[in-house]
Amino acid sequence: MNRQAQAAVLFLLGAALLHAGFTDLYLRYVKAGLQPLLLLSGAVLIAAALATVWYEWRGRTKRRHDEGVDHGDGDGHVHREPRVSWLLVLPLLALILVAPPALGSYSAMRTGTALQQPYGYDKLPAAGPLHLTVVDYATRAVYDHGRSLKGRRLDVTGFVALDGAGHPYLVRMALNCCAADAQPVKIALTGKIPPVLQPDKWLEVTGTYTARRTKDPVNNGPIPYLQVTEAKPVPVPKDPYDESWNK
Amino acid sequence: MAITKAAPPTADSPEPVATPPTGSPGTKPAGAKSADARSADSKSLALIVLLLVLVVLQGPLRSALAVPVMQSWMTVFVAVLVQALPFLVLGVLLSAAIAVFVSASFFARALPKRPALAVPVAGVAGAVLPGCECASVPVAGALVRRGVTPAAALAFLLSAPAINPIVLTATAVAFPRDPEMVLARFVASLLVACVMGWLWQRLGRTDWLRPPERPHHEGLGKGAAFWDSVRHDVMHAGGFLVIGAMAAATLKAVAPASWLRTAADNPLVAILALAVLAVLLSICSEADAFVAASLTQFSLTAKLAFLVVGPMIDLKLFAMQAGTFGRGFALRFAPATFALAIAGAVVTGAVLL
Repeated sequence: MNRQAQAAVLFLLGAALLHAGFTDLYLRYVKAGLQPLLLLSGAVLIAAALATVWYEWRGRTKRRHDEGVDHGDGDGHVHREPRVSWLLVLPLLALILVAPPALGSYSAMRTGTALQQPYGYDKLPAAGPLHLTVVDYATRAVYDHGRSLKGRRLDVTGFVALDGAGHPYLVRMALNCCAADAQPVKIALTGKIPPVLQPDKWLEVTGTYTARRTKDPVNNGPIPYLQVTEAKPVPVPKDPYDESWNK
Repeated sequence: MAITKAAPPTADSPEPVATPPTGSPGTKPAGAKSADARSADSKSLALIVLLLVLVVLQGPLRSALAVPVMQSWMTVFVAVLVQALPFLVLGVLLSAAIAVFVSASFFARALPKRPALAVPVAGVAGAVLPGCECASVPVAGALVRRGVTPAAALAFLLSAPAINPIVLTATAVAFPRDPEMVLARFVASLLVACVMGWLWQRLGRTDWLRPPERPHHEGLGKGAAFWDSVRHDVMHAGGFLVIGAMAAATLKAVAPASWLRTAADNPLVAILALAVLAVLLSICSEADAFVAASLTQFSLTAKLAFLVVGPMIDLKLFAMQAGTFGRGFALRFAPATFALAIAGAVVTGAVLL
């Protein structure tokens, strides 16, 4: 790989990182807190690309002045990078052309629910419908036995996943650093479930607490049920992952 | 959804990638080595053909990529890279700064003369590099080039990703009920890093360690040398990082998670299983504590093995070490690190957990 090609790859890689960092694209892959570092590294890569082009150009004009022909030729060899560097084109293509979606039902159903017992519980507003995250509902339902949920109207947003037998779950992937460590937290749905459920479609489910529970077949983790009264499709949220564990 | 949205750029985006190589033969002096020009020619031809094939097969390709396995593979692949690149860039900047702005005599003065003492000092110094393992490989490479004894540089390479404050804090957050886990991780990682350093000092041979090929900085200005080092390290380590990310994505997308359940029943098998898992998953050391905490069916010692092995050796690290220090080095260093890391975790676990 010669220097011009390297500069081009560096520049495009930096531009792709900046593009991902300035839009919400990066939230499909990494935690929100990584944004400043992402933008910074994109800028550094672009700077490295420009510096490479600049010094290459200056070096060549200087060499022409000195008329050191054999010297210049040797230089070209030294700066070649091994073929493995071409692989950097792959993430570039994947990020710019395909921009794969955030992890969905496929990963969710292959991995066991990652519910963890919390330190304590935030106080919930005393009246009105409750907006809870999937993780919040599942945690309170399982480890707090739904104490703060009984008799309340609950709104929970997540994506649909179906297990082998077609039972529906409402899932949110919880993330610590990047999608490689994302783990699902699952709620099983019962009650007035829409007749046709498409995996990966995002729903806002309205319902009430029920003490019924089941076990995740993958890791025997606890999965609480939610008694559904209504479900409506919603767009994919800005940050598709639950990052409450980062706080 | 994302795929349909991303459709329009397809037509024009490949061009910038294609242009540089096509232009490259022209940049050579007219009488340049013909073999070189030919290889550049055939390379750009191959790239053009590849891009044409990509454009022609867009439809089938897109539907092939829309299969859930492929999608989740690509998401994890991109995620590992997007997550690791900032830290790689951080490490590369630091390594370039060491190579250009820090004089070789500084390390000679800062580190004890006797290698046996330099190893633990370098190991503890790993605590100041904030970040994950992607940053430590280029920095360790720069240290070796700067004349630091390899044994000390390797101790730094192994300890830095595991014992820095960010990683230890993440560990404390992930194990709220077992604060001794933080101490155990610190002790075990530092122990293994030092033992590996001493081991290298006794048994290591310099010809195993390929001094990284680099352009000569002599005759270049400081700015030119700095950016040259940055460019070289990103292209080099970045390529190997891609290989590691592909391996980790394959494991995450394809391998069944349920086999872990059977492994958890036997304490010894459990330790080995999590050590192997740490190698295969190649998770960033800032996040691995959370993954370890979620493996609830395993013993604390097994989780400790996961946390000690992961930052020291995994697929992406192996690829990057092979790129920086040579394959002969990586093939000897990686198994020894793996075995010692497990032993260190077991011993520390027996004492502390």
